[in-house]
Amino acid sequence: NDKYPEEAFRQKSEADAIKVLYGKTAEPSDKVKLDAPEIAENGGVVPISVTTTLDKVTSISFFVAENPFALAASYKIPDGTIPAVANRLKMARTTKLVAIVEADGKLYSATKEVKVTVGGCGG
Amino acid sequence: MAALINVPSKAKRGDIVEIRTLTSHIMETGFRHTADGNLVPRNTITSFTCRYNGAEIFRADLFPAIAANPYLSFFAVVKESGKFEFEWIGDNGYSSAASASITVE
Repeated sequence: NDKYPEEAFRQKSEADAIKVLYGKTAEPSDKVKLDAPEIAENGGVVPISVTTTLDKVTSISFFVAENPFALAASYKIPDGTIPAVANRLKMARTTKLVAIVEADGKLYSATKEVKVTVGGCGG
Repeated sequence: MAALINVPSKAKRGDIVEIRTLTSHIMETGFRHTADGNLVPRNTITSFTCRYNGAEIFRADLFPAIAANPYLSFFAVVKESGKFEFEWIGDNGYSSAASASITVE
């Protein structure tokens, strides 16, 4: 799983991207805490963070459903690193945002709707 | 030096420290066109790694949906004094590195 996931990145929908990246589907969990703004004025820079109380986390990924390609970022969390990450994403338009946490071989997700005033992908 | 690194210089053994990194990069998506209709080629950072005393503690695969000048924040448990090494790799052979030291008491 060390190669750049070109194939997963080429998937247009977040469901397909999750399937290709992980080879399984996720279940919603309230142990995944996704922090994102309700309204993003500038879709070019949207601060997003995720934390989780799950044990044995091995990776965290972000998917922006309405972007040309859904996969936005994928983080590997080795043993001993705290499973929390913050970053800034681009969003083309108002969209569903999905965070996936892989813990103990299973996938857990949190979803949030972000309203975008000005898109961040350009014409 | 095109990177800003924020790591506490001192910590107690076993502390959780926040590591914040910001690097300057255009993160061109490859979806935009110029005024005369040509596609602007993709130019993004594709991978980031952080090593703590040689051991990898954090790795990221990044995609065009990451905002320009990528900012990342994550957490590490520190057990001994040492060095955090950061590396960014991207399209067109882009590569950038930085490091930060921490004293653990």
